Amino acid sequence: MNLQNIISEIEKVDPEVHNRFSSRRNAMKMFAGLTGKIALAASPLVLSSMFNKAYGQTPAEVNAVLNFALTLEYLEAEFYTNIVGSPGFLTASAAAQAALTKIRDDENKHVAFLKTVLGGAAVAKPTFDFTGGKGSGTGPFAGYLASYPVQLAMAQTFEDTGVRAYKGQAPNLQSNKTVLTAALNIHSVEARHASHIRQMRRALGVAVPVSEMPLKPWITLNYSGIEYAPAQSNINLSYAGEEVATQAGVNIMGLGGAFNTAKAASEAFDEPLSMAQILTIVNPFIV
Amino acid sequence: MENQNGILPVHSGKTSSSYGLQRRKMVKYMGASVALLAVGTACEKDDNNNDGVNLGSGDVGILNYAYALEQLEAAFYEKVVSSPYSGISALELEYMTDLRNHEVAHREFFKMAITAAAPTMIIPALEVDFSSINFTSRDSVLGAAKAFEDLGVTAYNGAGQLISTSGNGPTYLALAGKIVSVEARHAALIADLISNGSFAATTDANGLDMARTPAQVLAIADTYIVTKINASNLPS
Repeated sequence: MNLQNIISEIEKVDPEVHNRFSSRRNAMKMFAGLTGKIALAASPLVLSSMFNKAYGQTPAEVNAVLNFALTLEYLEAEFYTNIVGSPGFLTASAAAQAALTKIRDDENKHVAFLKTVLGGAAVAKPTFDFTGGKGSGTGPFAGYLASYPVQLAMAQTFEDTGVRAYKGQAPNLQSNKTVLTAALNIHSVEARHASHIRQMRRALGVAVPVSEMPLKPWITLNYSGIEYAPAQSNINLSYAGEEVATQAGVNIMGLGGAFNTAKAASEAFDEPLSMAQILTIVNPFIV
Repeated sequence: MENQNGILPVHSGKTSSSYGLQRRKMVKYMGASVALLAVGTACEKDDNNNDGVNLGSGDVGILNYAYALEQLEAAFYEKVVSSPYSGISALELEYMTDLRNHEVAHREFFKMAITAAAPTMIIPALEVDFSSINFTSRDSVLGAAKAFEDLGVTAYNGAGQLISTSGNGPTYLALAGKIVSVEARHAALIADLISNGSFAATTDANGLDMARTPAQVLAIADTYIVTKINASNLPS
């Protein structure tokens, strides 16, 4: 059995393999030290143990990101669980009720999924105050259970913020391809939710910023389409920076035609937020 | 290593799904080495597939891959907007126009970004084939739009892990993230236009969207692209 060939073959599927083993020499020494004169072919356990060391560990940073995501999913899941069946919810159409129920179910699945991935490392669910009152129960959204439009405005903010949160963390998950892909697969679902909630708000006649244009399934400039003075500054944080029209040094405005205005350019790309920015936004809701 | 399957139970003792996923990766690696052992020597690279447009390798290959898909989407919506389907509503035309704008922005962005990063490696404009789509029919157009948008989402979701962790890799991953959520917003909208409430009907039992490999994506996109695309050098 040619060990060199195995490493070369692995290199084809993972160019980073040597980094994972520190170096080729270390990899060889590792094999030699572990197997001695035992034929490697007869020692799958040894080989798997080595790969487990290289790939099986979840670095602390990845766990921290997953727990951050889990916290946001707890928040979304409990929010939708609270509003489904509430007086405000019951004023909505059957289609709207079905959509909010579907989203609730997705968020609960995300919670369950992340808890499974994290296992014993999963953080516990915090206590939430969806009035945005940090536990007082008298925050700016105190009437949310009675108001379907307020529920949708909160839902839109949570979904758009969730999209920005996952997007901001993707580069921090690159060390674990499996986890990265799972996070991306959640990220796009949050964007689907956001798209639908925005359509539901448009159906209510919501315009942005006041009456300039109808609300769209995508984010135009840094417009939220939410006019809610008691919490306006915090809502605005969820959309700050979405207005950029330059990506990687390329000005998107005018690309391909005059139709690519500043608005279209901002819509075509969603923007990330850092963990710290996200925590500032959700802080009023976490006791 | 005829008892290669004996490797797996070692890991099955770990019960978390993260280990389950790692185990799948493990199988992939084992497959690589076992295949090697079967022939007893390193295989020569399969060079039988070098015709057509070559996406290239590394991160530039992934950028070209995204550029190819954005070309397809942009060309589609350009055609939809220039000759809308029968009975299109004002709202639907507004949405189709927005989608055209966004996809053209994505296409042109990749063109400029790749030209700046690797001017000799950018793929040319692809020749598309939309003959299977009836552009006068709402059902046909929306069905194709749904296919393109869902394909785009799964393509970006699957490409993320193929992007390098060093150099400009993290920047490219962040850019892909900025685009994929817009594609997902599109996908949800189109799904809702076809059947209101189906915005996230594609999710699996865990509430997750799918990811596809470049090979899977290109096999599906092949129906709409005349130009032969060689993705054999992409990272895997």
